[in-house]
Amino acid sequence: MEDKNILELERRFQEKIDNDIKIEPNDWMPDDYRQTLIRQISQHAHSEIVGMLPEGNWITRAPNLRRKAVLLAKVQDEAGHGLYLYSAAETLGADREETIDDLHSGKAKYSSIFNYPTLSWADMGAIGWLVDGAAIMNQVPLCRCSYGPYARAMVRVCKEESFHQRQGFEIIAHLAQGTPAQKEMAQDALNRFWWPALMMFGPNDAESKHTVQSMNWKIKRSTNDELRQLFVDVTVPQAEMIGLTIPDKDLKLNKETGHYETGEINWAEFWEVVKGNGPCNKERVDARRKAKEDGLWVREAASAFAEKRKNK
Amino acid sequence: MEKQKALYEYVLRLADDSLILGHRVSEWCGHGPILEEDIALTNLALDLIGQATSLLNYAGELEGKGRDGDALAFLRYEREYKNLLLVEQMNGDFGKTIMRQFLFDAFRKPLFEKLQHSTDQHLAAIAEKSLKETKYHLKHTSEWVIRLGDGTEESHIRIQESLDALWKYTNEIFYKDDVDSVLIAENIIPSSEEIKAEWTKTVNDVLEQATLTIPSNNWIQEGGRKGFHTEALGYLLAEMQYMQRAYPNMTW
Amino acid sequence: MSKKEWPLWEVFIRSKQGLNHKHVGSLRAADSTMAIENARDVYTRRSEGISIWVIESNNVFANDSSESDALFEPADSKIYRHPTFYDVPDGISHM
Repeated sequence: MEDKNILELERRFQEKIDNDIKIEPNDWMPDDYRQTLIRQISQHAHSEIVGMLPEGNWITRAPNLRRKAVLLAKVQDEAGHGLYLYSAAETLGADREETIDDLHSGKAKYSSIFNYPTLSWADMGAIGWLVDGAAIMNQVPLCRCSYGPYARAMVRVCKEESFHQRQGFEIIAHLAQGTPAQKEMAQDALNRFWWPALMMFGPNDAESKHTVQSMNWKIKRSTNDELRQLFVDVTVPQAEMIGLTIPDKDLKLNKETGHYETGEINWAEFWEVVKGNGPCNKERVDARRKAKEDGLWVREAASAFAEKRKNK
Repeated sequence: MEKQKALYEYVLRLADDSLILGHRVSEWCGHGPILEEDIALTNLALDLIGQATSLLNYAGELEGKGRDGDALAFLRYEREYKNLLLVEQMNGDFGKTIMRQFLFDAFRKPLFEKLQHSTDQHLAAIAEKSLKETKYHLKHTSEWVIRLGDGTEESHIRIQESLDALWKYTNEIFYKDDVDSVLIAENIIPSSEEIKAEWTKTVNDVLEQATLTIPSNNWIQEGGRKGFHTEALGYLLAEMQYMQRAYPNMTW
Repeated sequence: MSKKEWPLWEVFIRSKQGLNHKHVGSLRAADSTMAIENARDVYTRRSEGISIWVIESNNVFANDSSESDALFEPADSKIYRHPTFYDVPDGISHM
């Protein structure tokens, strides 16, 4: 009897999804759907928060006042995006502090791109252009994902992200047309960030274990390889336009398909970085953990004060 | 001292206060005690950088030597920065950052209230916009000072220590020289006595609610307005000016 | 030392005069004053609002979603509550 009920609930749940009716927090949902969403949303939230660090690294060294303000506003937006996403995860019963503790303990993952260092000002351009560009490819389809709070958070995120990629492209295009030293800086940043940006879309479809179920649930709306191809197709002409060279000797346009074909991604490197062996994995998580530990007395004080006022 | 020269010097002082404090607060971005406050601190930094930009551009116009806001922000020597010693002090813990900001906001709010009626139109306009931002900063920092002062035993001790450490820099807020006298006479800026009365009232009121004790040590540490700084500023400038010094004469 | 997380608050923003406050998301804050300020900093960075309401999330009560059919579907059949249910002869206006 019990099993039959569950099957009926699952059937109705999938029917809603197939008809593009959003799932909302109090609706019945399969436990796997809930857990998969929590994992996906919190990974996404962690990526926003950890993603503040490589760019935050250059806030105090921004070359002029305008760039400083723009970079600050951008990194702040990432904090906001992390917050919207943690909020969405909370609607599924994922307590924010516990979710964050999973990041700090190494249990939860985040986008491996943020484990690469930012070594020059041009990296601010490369990150905005390539990393935000790749992120947008991933995020736009998620505005239509089946879970209401996640979809709404993504609408907000995408609306705000639109300036991020532009400001990055503006930085790198300016450098690419600048002095020889600036152009070299821009090319160097592209050289270092191109491949990690391609890796952001995750393993090839054949290797991606969650894709099929997630597509059925509409919490993933395009496959890794589809999105990666889309990214390559729009980005290569942009690089050519500003006179930079994509660091891939095998890159070529297939006239028949109209798509660019790239060389082989170094998947061994990808998995090493995911496992924790990237150049900055430890620094990034340590910085987040330190912020939380250093803030403990502040959060406790505010709680104690609120309690006192309540009792007055 | 002629009026134009005095006004340049005065605007530069205001600008450097915003610039240096904005820089300090921006160091928090990504490291705040909780996500919401990280965002709040960055809003403070953004407001201050915005004020610095308007003020430095105006200072450049007043100087009339073709320097714009960026040239003034990034290409002066340490002695040429005229900010208060208070604002260049290192962030310390969150409480120290909040206390430094509070002591500053308590001064900036009454100052901008008066400056918005300055006979100098340009300065009045900047003050009017900045006042709205500063009112919010003062509200936010006052509340935090009270929370931390009257929170836990640990937070009370920590924020009291920050107050003790920063107190010696507060007298400089009301530093006065020829620059001020010339401009007061022209009704361009208010007298520092008026500002001081309001600052004292705000500070006493908030610190009392926060159950904090005003330090009895009234030793005055000053020099910033004349370009003599603490050791903290050199490192800040080395970082801030890095790109402009390493890659001279380029645009970004 | 007890690990005590700040409570969760739901945030409602009025985007301009004349419109309802609308739910926009949630955040953490120790008290209502802080919740309003955090909402201002988190949810109105691009001039999205002119008024903010916050309410502690555990004070929000919702209907049981498994009873939705019983709660809401009965209204579907009461088509006579809508003006389009009625015939108005041609030539009659202001109705």
